[in-house]
Amino acid sequence: MTSPQLFTGRDLLCLRGGRLVFQDLDFQLAAGGCLTLVGPNGSGKSTLLRLMAGLLKPLRGTIAWNGVALGQDPEAHRARLHYVGHLDAVKASFTCREMLAFWAGLRGGVGVDAALDAFAIDTIADVPGRFLSAGQRRRLSLARLVAAPAPLWLLDEPTVGLDRASVALLEEAIARHRAGGGRVVLSTHIDLATPGGELLDLATFAPVEDDQDGTEDAA
Amino acid sequence: MLRLILRDLRLVLRQGSDATAALMFFVLCVVLFPFGVGPEPNVLTRIAPGVLLIAALLAALLSMERLFQGDFEDGSLELLLLSPLPAEGVAIAKVAAHWLVTGVPLMIVAPLLALLLRMPADQLGLLVGTLALTTPLLSLIGAVGAALTLGARRSGVLLPLLVLPLYIPVLIFAAAGLDAGLSGLSPRPHLLLLGGMLCGALVLAPLAIAAALRAAHE
Repeated sequence: MTSPQLFTGRDLLCLRGGRLVFQDLDFQLAAGGCLTLVGPNGSGKSTLLRLMAGLLKPLRGTIAWNGVALGQDPEAHRARLHYVGHLDAVKASFTCREMLAFWAGLRGGVGVDAALDAFAIDTIADVPGRFLSAGQRRRLSLARLVAAPAPLWLLDEPTVGLDRASVALLEEAIARHRAGGGRVVLSTHIDLATPGGELLDLATFAPVEDDQDGTEDAA
Repeated sequence: MLRLILRDLRLVLRQGSDATAALMFFVLCVVLFPFGVGPEPNVLTRIAPGVLLIAALLAALLSMERLFQGDFEDGSLELLLLSPLPAEGVAIAKVAAHWLVTGVPLMIVAPLLALLLRMPADQLGLLVGTLALTTPLLSLIGAVGAALTLGARRSGVLLPLLVLPLYIPVLIFAAAGLDAGLSGLSPRPHLLLLGGMLCGALVLAPLAIAAALRAAHE
């Protein structure tokens, strides 16, 4: 309401398996923006992306799209996001084209061939999933992004398994998406060129270790 | 939703194993009974309804464990839950696909097996009708258990424990209906009760499945 056209998170606190992952985390992302999540393993990058997708609910704080909290309209939020997680959802007996057509079809997308081209998998379009390499699976997973347009991309370490040429294709796809007003949130351990993008270091939101309390008790 | 049903059906056609295993189990189970209890027509006719229903129930249970497992493990289920399709829609589509590949073939072979067990031919219509009410119920109730045990380590043990008590009312009324038919009474009240259960399950099971699937992804 106060900040229209923004994808925002306020005062987020998340608990996983009884452990505090991050607290007091804020972010905001305008149209065309890109937020890169960095931080050591276990700092909550995947958790934050799952929060943004609505798969998890924050223990405290709100995530909102144009001022409307995700919980109020989860269906509308799902319709506007693409999520690429660690798993590539590849079925052994389906060809790349069939899988892509299915996922695009669920979102009413039609650009299957264009998406196959965008990630250079047009040559293996009719190969069944069981013969795909890890990098090819990942590219197929990324091709979903292009096959059915959605304004928000949530990419959890999208570069895993990709070769240098494929990373360039991904950068290109992200740039094109942002030029069209799309937003991207991604976590990565390698340098992915996102010109004009912001960096969010999750280590800065890690809970303060209770060393202090310990020393005080001892004293 | 239709798209998801078609995809599941195609997946089964390509891979085959689960659905055919359930059907084979059903056939073998029933065929073995005459060898076990002897070929006396009276005995066979008497136990035919129970044998057919229990075999159908176990066959449904056998194929149930894999219902969400494959999609859960490769990340498809996560994507389905994040698709614009409501989670309840995903649940209904998965159950519908399961019923089409296990329940329907079972209904088709059941009359043949019933003849093998010396069930009177005029009761076959009733048998198919009862199975038409029973098999979707088995799929719906079983899917709730399958969704709840998703991600659990010993889901193969947990699933029957959870689901079998819920299957018992279905078994009782389906068997009572068939028995009533065999002894010349009207099976109508039993079938109406089964129909009532099916209506209830059609509404409630997808809600429970959807909640369980969401919980599995937390």
